[in-house]
Amino acid sequence: MSIFLNSNSKILVQGMTGSEGSKHTNRMLKSGSNVVGGVTPGKGGQSVDFDGRSIPVFNSVSEAMAATGANVSVIFVPPKFAKAAVMEAIAAKIELCVVITEGIPVHDSVAFVNQALESGTTRLIGPNCPGIISPGESNAGIIPADITKKGRIGLVSKSGTLTYQMMYELRDFGISTAVGIGGDPVIGTTHIDCLRAFEADPDTDAIVMIGEIGGDAEERAAAFIKDNVTKPVVGYVAGFTAPEGKTMGHAGAIVSGSAGTAQAKQDALEAVGVKVGKTPSQAAELMRQIMNNL
Amino acid sequence: MDLYEFQAKQLFAKHGVKTQSGEVVATAAAAKLAAEKFGGLVVVKAQVKAGGRGKAGGVKLAKDPQEAHDRAADILKLNIKGLQVNKVLITPAEDIAKEFYVSFLLDRSNRSFLAMASVEGGVEIEEVAVNNPDALAKVPISANVGVTKEIAIQIAQAAKFPAEIQDQVVEMLQAMWKVFVAEDATLVEVNPLVQTPAGQIIALDGKVSLDENAGFRHPEHADLVDKDTEDPLEAAAKAKDLNYVKLAGEVGIIGNGAGLVMSTLDVVAYAGEEFGGMKPANFLDIGGGASAEVMANGLGIILSDAAVRSVFVNVFGGITACDAVANGIVQAIELLNQQGKEITVPLVVRLDGNNADAGRKILNDAEIAGIHMAQTMDEGARLVAQLAAGK
Repeated sequence: MSIFLNSNSKILVQGMTGSEGSKHTNRMLKSGSNVVGGVTPGKGGQSVDFDGRSIPVFNSVSEAMAATGANVSVIFVPPKFAKAAVMEAIAAKIELCVVITEGIPVHDSVAFVNQALESGTTRLIGPNCPGIISPGESNAGIIPADITKKGRIGLVSKSGTLTYQMMYELRDFGISTAVGIGGDPVIGTTHIDCLRAFEADPDTDAIVMIGEIGGDAEERAAAFIKDNVTKPVVGYVAGFTAPEGKTMGHAGAIVSGSAGTAQAKQDALEAVGVKVGKTPSQAAELMRQIMNNL
Repeated sequence: MDLYEFQAKQLFAKHGVKTQSGEVVATAAAAKLAAEKFGGLVVVKAQVKAGGRGKAGGVKLAKDPQEAHDRAADILKLNIKGLQVNKVLITPAEDIAKEFYVSFLLDRSNRSFLAMASVEGGVEIEEVAVNNPDALAKVPISANVGVTKEIAIQIAQAAKFPAEIQDQVVEMLQAMWKVFVAEDATLVEVNPLVQTPAGQIIALDGKVSLDENAGFRHPEHADLVDKDTEDPLEAAAKAKDLNYVKLAGEVGIIGNGAGLVMSTLDVVAYAGEEFGGMKPANFLDIGGGASAEVMANGLGIILSDAAVRSVFVNVFGGITACDAVANGIVQAIELLNQQGKEITVPLVVRLDGNNADAGRKILNDAEIAGIHMAQTMDEGARLVAQLAAGK
């Protein structure tokens, strides 16, 4: 088992005919994902060859779902067209929609995130995220599949490369599912959504949660852990040295006044018994100790 | 991107938010001319992107053009919260009967928008929020409904605006919402919103933050960037499409991925405590690809920072494997040498992830002077801090 994505997932790639979309479709296929189709309006009926595997292209998400039984969509559409693409996937009632695109205007994200929440049928991950991987089962997005193996640690992170770093550090234990929830100020799946799912997943024994400056998602996650999570959680927070008012790469990574600091997040997590590492390697070491004692 | 008051008011005027006329000037002489044009009492207001301008002496009344000249001269010498005042706004002085507060903002926690309003304006709203929270009305705004007339009325009533000015406040709120949506803003704030003795409602000050991700919809927003106050290194990095933030320390940092780079800054600062407080000199995320050209551009920017005493290249090879990254570093250094830019400070490189051993071998075989290899991020951070301290 795993969360949100498993070996039964059938994946569509919106924007598969673009350069990023085709590059990562190839990588997903190589890592064993069941990619069943692409969606590019106006290119329906064509197909794309990925090292001998021919993947059909459809004009719309609903058409692609009807033809292939797809239940997951991964979006590589450029920022300008991303809102329309996500709205289309939600309207087609796709179960899981993973938005990789970086640089989407926040007014657009607020619109489609709320549309997904109100739909009751679509879980949205992202935007501005690396996607989700359940090693050995399926990989929806751009997370490298070959840096870890299947295991029993759940991982949720705002940052892409810190996700990879942590998967790699813990490669001797392996990962049940790693979810890159994205670094934008407004996202579809939160730390809390993942913590809830990992708590319920019989194949996850412990959870690593990676946060960064900006907003109060980590503080809210801490409050959730206190009342709802019995599995051990290890945390890491990035951005202690970030100056106030400067955006650190991710659109959401900004300290505003005294709000959103790394210290406040670490304090909130430690107050509910989460062990927080001072560096990613220390956090991995804390998790290693927990796994060895389980 | 935060705007200056005068820029915010330009957007207000464009979308029908009632505000005053005004002229932004950079010299005392020009301030005098503007005051002559308006006639009568004027206000000279420092244009800086910081709150508390009044308390810092950045807002002064002037009764005639000569006084406007003198006050502008004073204010243009000020440094408010670390920001030099380069421009002042001259506006006709308004008689004020009452001061209020209204704003629309992105509400990250609720993944939507929020309206805030209070009849206790004029002071910093954070103080009202702490000292008298009941006086600050907060009304969630649905992204898919927006601020209709009915919702604007709800906001005005929740904040207990007097009935006789409700129509004007509702109109003001709807016009502000228009700014918020049409300009892709994440904050539109008016503080104070004033009522004149004649009963008119006017935005006396304005604060607007724009979403830079929406720049493709608003090419005109590029003109709002204040190039005079941009850090020269940040401007040079931006011109090369690099994600760079100048910081105050001595250790140059390059990494791939925003989270990893933020983490690198922290780890270097911790390690630096042991070596007399060495700190990161910058944030620089060269992205997942880490091509030779991008690496060369990044190294070029960092090496042109006179404060930098050592550089930490911290790369996790995921999508782009470490051997490709190592080749990128070797080519980047060749490129820099061709451009006549010698690597004059020690470089610590940590490669981890896919093909890390192959990557390290490429760098070792290249025998570049001044390059040190580190196995882990923590080890690299310690070494680069030590080198920056000259130990």
